[in-house]
Amino acid sequence: MKTILVHQALIPNPADAPKLCPFGAIAFQEGSVSITEQCRLCLVCVKKGPRGAFELQEEQATSQRPVIDREKWQGILVYVERYGRSIHPVSLEMIGKAHELADKLGQPVYAVVAGDAVAQVVEELAHYPVDVAYVYEHPAFKDFRIEPYTAALEDAIGTLHPSAVLVGGTNIGRMLAPRTAARVRTGLTADCTFLDIQKNGDLDQIRPAFGGNIMAHIRTPNHRPQFATVRYKIFDAPSRSPQAGQLAVVHRTLREQSLHSAVSVLSETPKGAGVFIEDADVVVAVGKGIGKRENIGLFETLATKLHGQLACTRPLVEDGWIDPRRQIGLSGRTVKPKLIIACGISGSVQFVAGMKSSDCIVAINNDPQAAIFNVAHIGIVGDVFSIVPALLDKLAKRG
Amino acid sequence: MEILVLIKQVPLDSNVGVDPKTGVIKRENAETKLNPYDLFALETALRLKELAGGIVTVLTMGPPQAEAAIREAFAMGADAGYLLTDRAFAGSDVLATSYALSQAIKAIGAFDLVVCGKQTTDGDTAQVGSECSEFLGVPCLANVQTIEVIDPGAVTLVYDAGNSFIRATVQLPVLISVDKDICQPRLPSWNRMQASKGRVVKKITLDDLADKNRSHYGLDGSPTQVVRIFPPEHETTTELWDDGDLASRLFSFLQEKKFLQELA
Repeated sequence: MKTILVHQALIPNPADAPKLCPFGAIAFQEGSVSITEQCRLCLVCVKKGPRGAFELQEEQATSQRPVIDREKWQGILVYVERYGRSIHPVSLEMIGKAHELADKLGQPVYAVVAGDAVAQVVEELAHYPVDVAYVYEHPAFKDFRIEPYTAALEDAIGTLHPSAVLVGGTNIGRMLAPRTAARVRTGLTADCTFLDIQKNGDLDQIRPAFGGNIMAHIRTPNHRPQFATVRYKIFDAPSRSPQAGQLAVVHRTLREQSLHSAVSVLSETPKGAGVFIEDADVVVAVGKGIGKRENIGLFETLATKLHGQLACTRPLVEDGWIDPRRQIGLSGRTVKPKLIIACGISGSVQFVAGMKSSDCIVAINNDPQAAIFNVAHIGIVGDVFSIVPALLDKLAKRG
Repeated sequence: MEILVLIKQVPLDSNVGVDPKTGVIKRENAETKLNPYDLFALETALRLKELAGGIVTVLTMGPPQAEAAIREAFAMGADAGYLLTDRAFAGSDVLATSYALSQAIKAIGAFDLVVCGKQTTDGDTAQVGSECSEFLGVPCLANVQTIEVIDPGAVTLVYDAGNSFIRATVQLPVLISVDKDICQPRLPSWNRMQASKGRVVKKITLDDLADKNRSHYGLDGSPTQVVRIFPPEHETTTELWDDGDLASRLFSFLQEKKFLQELA
């Protein structure tokens, strides 16, 4: 076990010591500095602290962490999320990424599908770069229920020994991935925004941390499989090939006991066509800079005029001004429209994480220092309340 | 009804930055608060207690200072609180955290319902609940929107499955994580705060857990490793417009880029 030793005498200003630690793991109490449970052993204190004050102590031997045999774990497995008879687009995006990664190592792409009638889904999968599909077809899989679905994914992992497992960061995926990762006792990295693979099969995972203010590069070097979730619209979906490819389909059967669930689904209410800001080609996004709730209408009109959707930042949702489904950002949706016009948005990293892949980003803000201008293609320094009405005027004259 | 709520103390604001040259995290503020999403979990538990009777217990893992989060839960109405704290837990990732929490839950006693918030504002992973449920051997349901009926054997609720809302009955015990806005959290009360001042927050350490093997906790029990941290990149080249008739320029730009095609 590694620990940080504190040499009190070498710290000139102990009261300032807590500021050193990014994780808040240095405590200063009753005149002495100590390392708390929050410590992630990032070694910032060792490197940046007073010379010699913080020392890394490595206790040898006691942990006999088994070294995994990487040769036994090959291929990338994608959990295919199904909605009725269609495939959730995030699953296709992950198949694209899995193909790219697996190709580098000359390894296969596996897919896992579960449902009560999945023939159509499996047929569709053959048009994408998947080598082998493990199919779990049984009435118990009609609705998503955690126990049988976990059993299916566990079975596929136990049989195929994939090097990595990718699951969509959807509401369902966020239940299934952790549950299964815990069952097979491996690491899980949530909401990766970047994935690459080393020659030895180690997955390079990058995800935002601290609300997106920091990016963390994470690896799972001593465990297999390496579990990652990826949110919708982070990666590009591969194009569908018109010809069905050579997909090997393997039908698997689980023991009745594994299919049992404590959950009984009573009814399902599809969400209305309503708002899907993820699907809009044009998004008009508003932030606190629009001042008051009454001003939303102006931007709604602009969105409508541009055949787009209105979206917003987190504070507007928290204040109850706008439906949470319209929120862009880490705790909201990720969008990738052809055009996004950000109005009165300062551009917090959390917000930017949810829209920075948009094809064209226009930002209007009266503060020339606003962070949004770091990501905008066109940064307009000016007053939204003079620019937007004038623009609407021109649009009206034209139409 | 025995209800357990998992809570966490988080930084007051997550506005931290990284010095691009040194890779050191700059944090303006070392203050902490109770994870805002946990307020909804706690409120859900308190309402269920009012309906069905029972006891609401809170559990957190963290440094000794995390006791403040439990005190806050007391001021909202929680009956008992446990702090899971030990140097052995330092460096825990999702797996090690969930395992330690599940071990602590087993050490505290049997629960009918474990309630968590949607996610924390610092880690943002929304995974600890589901991993805990696995270690506890109970089913889990996330994004719970409404709890309709609760009786000694089962709970009927509605959860957001992404594309649809699902109404389901689950046999107890179960672990649920509730969405923000499932209810309006009550404010901490001064009276309850005063009344709970003398109440002991029980500490749980590695020695109190059934599994005392250190290699299952903390950094050793964490399969994931942080290779490095760095600031988000800004690569875009920005064209700044700050004078002239900005609306006309924007209009021409939209026209040129063919965003106005359909309007014609």
